[in-house]
Amino acid sequence: MSVKVIIPAPLRQYTEKNDSVLVDGQTVDEVLHNLTERYGDLRKHLYSDEGKLRSFVNIYRNDEDIRYLDKGSTAVKESDVLSIVPSIAGGATAMADGLSLLTKD
Amino acid sequence: MARAGVARSYPLIVRAASQQAKHIMAFELRRKEWERIEKEGIAAYPEECCGVLLGKEQEGRKVLSDIVPLNNARKDSPRNRFLILPEDFVRSEREARARGLDILGFYHSHPDHPARPSDYDREHAWPWYTYLILAVEKGQPRDMTGWLLSDDRASFLPEEMTLSDDGTKFEARSGT
Ligand SMILES: [Zn+2]
Repeated sequence: MSVKVIIPAPLRQYTEKNDSVLVDGQTVDEVLHNLTERYGDLRKHLYSDEGKLRSFVNIYRNDEDIRYLDKGSTAVKESDVLSIVPSIAGGATAMADGLSLLTKD
Repeated sequence: MARAGVARSYPLIVRAASQQAKHIMAFELRRKEWERIEKEGIAAYPEECCGVLLGKEQEGRKVLSDIVPLNNARKDSPRNRFLILPEDFVRSEREARARGLDILGFYHSHPDHPARPSDYDREHAWPWYTYLILAVEKGQPRDMTGWLLSDDRASFLPEEMTLSDDGTKFEARSGT
């Protein structure tokens, strides 16, 4: 079973310019795993070196942020659309601020 | 402030096109948008301002046509952090598309800090987008520089910027 994944503009250079890709999987984690298997250069922009989804990478199932669903275990079905949505963050200093960008857990 | 100072404070540095980013971009903007970003930086001082850069990209040449100031969502630490929430991003993208434009990147200010990306900037950056950084020192705008994340995420590469009013070119001296 495959779902449609919407690729944001900055990442299309790694998906052969496609703005959406059909990917197999039953859960968000499976879909993202298969997506980054197919397009290896995507991986470092989506996942940290520890293999965790980066804090500024948001995944929506249809209109809902998966953080408020079952996170990576969120189930997907054929008609669902997964979107990779950026948050944009930065700041003047590298000073540790001890606060994650968005509350995840 | 004297407009001539803009060109003077950004000596053009000739450098070979780097192989570190898939697409080496050139960024064009008008004085009008430049000054609007400076005004945003002054108004937000001592906090950071942030916003979206709208325009069109063709064959590695990005042309800015408008800026959209956004709310800095980092209420806990607005003097050294900025955050654009995903819902604001989605709204901006929708508005851009309705105007036939794309999001080319983002600007933010560094209050009392140089106009170069911090490690925090780099760790949170997306490829392809232009990151414009304006230094605001004691409430006055200083340097503005443009940066692109390298493909391996290890560094920010200075992006050549051109003032389209008179063709002045300037580029930041080096990445981090
Ligand atoms: Zn910054």
